[in-house]
Amino acid sequence: MAAGGFAEAGADLELVGLQKRFPGFTAIEELNLTIPAGSFFALLGPSGCGKTTTLRLVAGLEEVTAGRILIGGKDVTSTKAYQRPVNTVFQSYALFPHMSIIDNVAFGLRRRKIDDAMGKAHEALRLVELDHLAARKPSQLSGGQQQRVALARAIVNRPALLLLDEPLGALDLKLRRQMQLELKSVQEEVGLTFLHVTHDQEEAMTMADTVAVMNKGRIEQLGAPAVLYELPRTVFVANFLGQSNLFSGQVVAENPDSISVDIDGTRIVVPKARAHRTSGHITVGVRPEKLILAREAPVESADNNILGPGRVIDVSFSGVSTQYLIQIPLVGTIVLFAQNMGTGPIVGEGAEVWVSWHVEHGFGLDDEVETGSRFPADTDTATLALQKRHALMSELGED
Amino acid sequence: MAFSAFATATATEQAPRRASKVALLLLLPGIAYLMLFFLVPLFSLVITSLQAPAEFGDIGEFDNAFRWENYTTVIGQYSAQILRSFLYAVLATIFALLFSYPLAYFIGVRARPYPLLQKLILVMVIAPFFISFLLRTLAWKQILSDESPVVAGLKALSLLAPDAFLTGTPFAVVFGLTYNFIPFMTLPLYASLERLDTRYLEAGSDLYSTPFTTFRTVTIPLSMPGIVSGVLLTFIPAAGDYVNASREFLGGTGTTMIGNVIESNFLISLNYPAAASLSIILMAVILVLVTAYVKRSGTEDLL
Repeated sequence: MAAGGFAEAGADLELVGLQKRFPGFTAIEELNLTIPAGSFFALLGPSGCGKTTTLRLVAGLEEVTAGRILIGGKDVTSTKAYQRPVNTVFQSYALFPHMSIIDNVAFGLRRRKIDDAMGKAHEALRLVELDHLAARKPSQLSGGQQQRVALARAIVNRPALLLLDEPLGALDLKLRRQMQLELKSVQEEVGLTFLHVTHDQEEAMTMADTVAVMNKGRIEQLGAPAVLYELPRTVFVANFLGQSNLFSGQVVAENPDSISVDIDGTRIVVPKARAHRTSGHITVGVRPEKLILAREAPVESADNNILGPGRVIDVSFSGVSTQYLIQIPLVGTIVLFAQNMGTGPIVGEGAEVWVSWHVEHGFGLDDEVETGSRFPADTDTATLALQKRHALMSELGED
Repeated sequence: MAFSAFATATATEQAPRRASKVALLLLLPGIAYLMLFFLVPLFSLVITSLQAPAEFGDIGEFDNAFRWENYTTVIGQYSAQILRSFLYAVLATIFALLFSYPLAYFIGVRARPYPLLQKLILVMVIAPFFISFLLRTLAWKQILSDESPVVAGLKALSLLAPDAFLTGTPFAVVFGLTYNFIPFMTLPLYASLERLDTRYLEAGSDLYSTPFTTFRTVTIPLSMPGIVSGVLLTFIPAAGDYVNASREFLGGTGTTMIGNVIESNFLISLNYPAAASLSIILMAVILVLVTAYVKRSGTEDLL
């Protein structure tokens, strides 16, 4: 499938024990991942989490330190970038500035000596609605148009796997929304496997079938967007995908279908099915939009978790909703989103309020309390100095 | 209040006019220089090229005239030298390009992660400039001379016939031209390769093109401005060069170039009109060749 011939459909991608170390730091600790054929998969994470490195490894632009990459069941780990049935839409687009748009799009077809390269290139340009600009140079196009050309240049080759490296990063918000929809429809139309790398959680959630949240060279959690949002597994995921109110405490009671967690005297009930761990010291949370604001103490019931009274310390209006910051003694600061529907209390700063939520909306996380740097073995000077300082400080503290 | 308002109004009004006066003033030395040292000599060269020998004058005495035959005469007389000049210049340019491109690519692209190495090699390219051009060419004459270890070594290896020699041959002249103009080729190439965005190369390999095809279809077109200016900077002076081909340096009687002919006509046979018309022919041919070349390589914006 590599050189010559079109892929009839997308192929699945399998990463087995993938590892990438650069001198001085580890980009990818260990990655095991299977992306089924024809799916739209998003790798989501903050900058420096290893997502772009993963993409470059799959494209063949970097060499793996350890592990294997399989595309459609075939091991491509040791093949060169130009031998892989993979195409990339680069973050910078990387359109060849000395070629016209049509030559850019036909470039890959010509290299593989595919018949009627020009006709196919025009067809791909029609798909992204830019055929009328075929004779122009990339510099004569706007950012959004260049992005679409970059997409056409990649999909015209019908790669088994299409890699997208934050291709929408340089566009403004409105154009980005439009391009997200277009990308999604192109993917459904051509049926290729898409691997999309992004730091924009909204982009990942709206476009992808499956999202993998990456952090510090590892996948923290993988699943459908709604599942990730509803049931985050770690603190990082809970905070990176949207916002969360998190509380840590000891599990004090275990019922057949729920657990009770003691947060400095307040009990919070979480359904067992929505908790990743059901014993010991755990972190539980709830999304800000699931909270209900009340000016009087709500009636206690088995279905509700109630916190309060607390004080509103900040109110910020953002159109569709209002964000309240509420300080509750012994619990901490809570974020609450209230839809501006004209119902419910409208409170100002300093008001005394209660916060409640339905038990079914809470979730329990899996991870332990943060244990510091994940890559202590690396030996660059900054890390060494930091380790030395921590060691010294703990020594001094003990004396 | 009123005064200050008035003052600012006039100031903003006058600002552009004053700026253009300053610009003219700054341009004046340059324009005067060009008038004095380019237009006047060029004009007098054209006049000289049309002069006829004075009727009862001595050798080297000429009268103003319109002797167009001067041109046809020198073309007929020196066509071999004219052709040889351009052949040598083309060869030297090709060799300099073949030598300089990999060098410039290495400095500008491969050595990017090592700025110190980059600077070191650049210094090695430029350092020979600190020694006189004549001295360097004379040094090559020594190296290529019959008694030199180089020639002896080549003979010992049977790469050179026992009675063969290097100085005075076309090889030595083209070699000298190539050597002397390599920095002029390397520096513009380096300047354009140094700015080469390697992401285009990655895009090339991502689109199924082998390293060689990427080089041919992406790297070379993107470094074309450097190639064009390097070729011009090498070809133009090489075509008119008279040092390397002269008998005192690397040349011989069979390697005379147009520069040597002009020199001997001006300084030895005192045939000023012939020398002047040859200079103008050289200039015209270079102008035509360069224009055609630049047009073909699609970098008109350089001119």
